[in-house]
Amino acid sequence: MANALDPHAAIVTKAGGLDRQGTLRTADGRPLKAALARSSRRARRRAFFLVLPLLLFVLITFVLPIGQMLQRSVKNDGFSANMPQLTAWFHDNPRGTQPDDAAWAALAADLAAAAQARTIGVVGTRINYDMPGTRSLFTSAGRKARGGIDPPYRQAILDMDETWGDPKLWSVMRMAASPYTANFYLAAVDRTRDDQGQITAVPEQQQIYVKLFMRTFWLSLAITATTFLLGFPVAHLLATLPMRQSNLLMILVLLPFWTSLLVRTTSWIVLLQQQGVVNDMLVWLGLIGNGQRLQMIFNQTGTIIAMTHILLPFMILPLYSVMRTINPSYVRAARSLGATSWTAFRRIYFPQTLPGLGAGALLVFILAVGYYITPALVGGASGQLISNMIAMHMTQTLNWSMAAALAALLLAGVLILYWVYDRLVGIDNLKLG
Amino acid sequence: MALPTYASPLEKVWHYAYLAICAAIFFFLIAPIVVVIPLSFNAEPYFTFTDKMLSLDPEGYSLRWYDSLLTFGMARPDAPRDLTWWADAWQNAKWVNAAKSSIIIGVFSTLVATVLGTLAALGLSRPEMPWRRAIMAILISPMIVPIIITATGMFFFYSNPCEPLTWIGLDPQCGRLAGTYLGVILAHATLGIPFVIITVTATLVGFDQSLNRAAASLGANPRTTFFRITMPLILPGVISGALFAFVTSFDEVVAVLFIAGPDQQTIPRQMWNGIREQISPAILAVATLLVIFSIALLTTVELLRRRSERLRGLTPR
Repeated sequence: MANALDPHAAIVTKAGGLDRQGTLRTADGRPLKAALARSSRRARRRAFFLVLPLLLFVLITFVLPIGQMLQRSVKNDGFSANMPQLTAWFHDNPRGTQPDDAAWAALAADLAAAAQARTIGVVGTRINYDMPGTRSLFTSAGRKARGGIDPPYRQAILDMDETWGDPKLWSVMRMAASPYTANFYLAAVDRTRDDQGQITAVPEQQQIYVKLFMRTFWLSLAITATTFLLGFPVAHLLATLPMRQSNLLMILVLLPFWTSLLVRTTSWIVLLQQQGVVNDMLVWLGLIGNGQRLQMIFNQTGTIIAMTHILLPFMILPLYSVMRTINPSYVRAARSLGATSWTAFRRIYFPQTLPGLGAGALLVFILAVGYYITPALVGGASGQLISNMIAMHMTQTLNWSMAAALAALLLAGVLILYWVYDRLVGIDNLKLG
Repeated sequence: MALPTYASPLEKVWHYAYLAICAAIFFFLIAPIVVVIPLSFNAEPYFTFTDKMLSLDPEGYSLRWYDSLLTFGMARPDAPRDLTWWADAWQNAKWVNAAKSSIIIGVFSTLVATVLGTLAALGLSRPEMPWRRAIMAILISPMIVPIIITATGMFFFYSNPCEPLTWIGLDPQCGRLAGTYLGVILAHATLGIPFVIITVTATLVGFDQSLNRAAASLGANPRTTFFRITMPLILPGVISGALFAFVTSFDEVVAVLFIAGPDQQTIPRQMWNGIREQISPAILAVATLLVIFSIALLTTVELLRRRSERLRGLTPR
């Protein structure tokens, strides 16, 4: 109802006024409530239409490709699309059926057809993912089967290679007969299926992915910790200096931030390599002999040093913006009440920096777990992270489904951290410089 | 931060130790960037200071690596340096071509990212924007998702952009985007968008919406209001965002490695190959040029930031 104290209500009342039923109306006679709802709907629509073009752009060029990648991680029709008859036989006969004459005939026909169509390599590659060492089995069978295989099929195929009778091979082919599989995810956590279809751990020497995930986690944590140790004093200094001086020193933080990543990585190679500047300096100072130059790059140490340098601004900037707002009189009050400077720092100052610390640490950790370029260039063998394994599967082994499965697991981890970041810090508070 | 007069001797020692630690950390931050500059003038193909360089002997320094940036890839690098030589350099020198590709891709991706990003930031800063948080999270995610994942997804998408249509039962034929300039430009625009969104929304936080209402009440239509009132005020933020987007594209190598063809040989890609194969001081010459470039950009962005703060009245003049 119109409130005499509310000036807006007064205006509305004058222009439209109350009708006989007691509803407020606008000047042109519509109910005020509906008019307001309509205008706020229009404002919402207008705001949304401003965002829509970009939203569509990002959905198409970013979200959709990632969806496509996720689909790859569960779908691989290399076998099922090129071996249709055997796929149909697997479909008709339940697990545990011994391969009968019909199965061998289907295998022979498919092998001959795939050899003709030159897709036998694709089939072999697909089976090879689940049973290493079988790619050549398919390609050599394809060479022999090009002119067709004569019955009795079972004997003819077993004559090519005894491995064709291996129950494990048939079990793997049965799994591959379905284009959708979770096997790449199993492989990404070092698990596989035995010939009964049960999930088991892969042999010890092939367990690489879990180790790599753990290494990525621990290295990222180490990098986050070193950025904190180096970033905290600097942010504190910048926040407590007078504006003019801190702006000047801030340039030293922002310049690395604006410098090309490849330039910074190159610099670290130049500085840290065995014939590099740091080793030369240590030899010149007589700290180490010329024969015992330190190996500081192309290993984990190199990855940690270079990535700490690269990610340090992401820790300093949020810490700085929080520290800037801390009122110095709290610490002074603590001191005047008898706290030592250490107690005042620990109990009064440090807790107030926690929002900035949380923001910086989460951001650095999120960026570190997905880092690719720097570990690839300075990591050597021991400093590679999970991203480098994804790249290797994409560009060298061409096992795209495996790369997609590893990427999906990494993505899940990053998205969880991103969600936490949004909850704790809010994406709106992300600042660049 | 001055030491209080009541500080004990121990606190004084700690204070100076703290300043020394900070100085060391600043050194750690800046030394790797500065060190490449003198090394790029090395007369020898080494990555360390030679004795001649340390004794400041002019013979220890040379411009040979800068020269090699021009001559590398030229048809006749030893010809006399007349107009044909320069034309040859412009046409064939690998680093010159890399710079051209980088600039083309950078400029166009920045345009796309800035126009779309600014519009979206305007919408996102309106209080009535629906699903603001979720949409913002999606638009910022290209910056958060590891580049290798983005590049992997883009590799599948750009080699066959029509594949997702087969999920809904269609079977269209379309060309590849991978290996084309358009593909790389779209990919880099996606990667640059979060930076535009962040800087422009940050500028709009202090924006006084009543200015727009005042313009409207004085009879300006929405377009006039935007170009005459809003735009001049948020322009510094928009330019900063555009510079961020440009730098992102100018420094991006992973997406380029995954989706670019041999024609889109950008500077970072050329550097990447150089570092992986045989690293020569020519890389340091490029690095020095890039450092100078980033100093110029940083200065511009800082000036813009101050101007924007002054315009919005955040800091007294």
